Amino acid sequence: MRLVIAFLAGGLFGAGLLISGMTDTRKVQGWLDIFGDWDPTLAFVLGGAILPMALAWRIANTRTASLLQSPLPAPPEPVIDRNLVLGSGLFGAGWGLSGLCPGPAMASLSFGGWQGLTFFLAMVAAMMITPRVRNFWTGGREAPI
Amino acid sequence: MPMDWIWGLVGGLMIGSAAALFLLVSGRIMGASGLLGGLVDGSGRANWAERLAFIAGLVAVPALLAGGRAETHLNLTSNIAVVIAAGLLVGFGTRLANGCTSGHGVCGISRLSLRGIVATICYLLAGALSVLLFRHGLGWI
Repeated sequence: MRLVIAFLAGGLFGAGLLISGMTDTRKVQGWLDIFGDWDPTLAFVLGGAILPMALAWRIANTRTASLLQSPLPAPPEPVIDRNLVLGSGLFGAGWGLSGLCPGPAMASLSFGGWQGLTFFLAMVAAMMITPRVRNFWTGGREAPI
Repeated sequence: MPMDWIWGLVGGLMIGSAAALFLLVSGRIMGASGLLGGLVDGSGRANWAERLAFIAGLVAVPALLAGGRAETHLNLTSNIAVVIAAGLLVGFGTRLANGCTSGHGVCGISRLSLRGIVATICYLLAGALSVLLFRHGLGWI
């Protein structure tokens, strides 16, 4: 059952990314191009995605476990550290450069050609070494900003 | 196109519904970088099958929907140095920050998480600066 739900959630996520235009890198770069020919579509995508999820959090806050009896994720400690800010900055730079973030990079694998596959492999390679780099410069601790 | 915002809204509602389903039924945060990252760096070994099933759906359903439709294009640049550099930045940055557009953006902002809001401001700012620099400054993209 868990695997079926995970597949369905991934499939619905992928269909939403495709329909909304998030798998078209030109559209994503158009949204980030606030100093050029700005394309506001992605504001509707993010707004549309936050609505059902805000409702889901309200429901989750009244429960002690999910339908499949898993604990519901606790709120993260409201700590803003160097990794959060630096990591998001680096991610944003790559997002602007390519127009791809991790979800659409996977959703577009079937039609993204060698460019999409190369991006995906580079992203996976970086993900594999990140824990080592993170531990190296923080000594395993989260570094305050 | 003038209809783009409607498709954006419909697609966005689907993305949010997928995240809501994953949270309320499975008790999981729908974060693309975390689900994939935990699978490839070994930190998500305990629930690897669930991660893999999510990614299988994420790849397979768009493949079915886009199959044979010639108008579906990723439009990613063919400059291989740019493609690799961007992939490395996205992979490293999202794992360092523990989240991307889906985890920090969709799941974080909707619960008013301070970390999600700060992360989203950072990657939006960096993304806009990146397009400004590489498109209007250097003309690479």
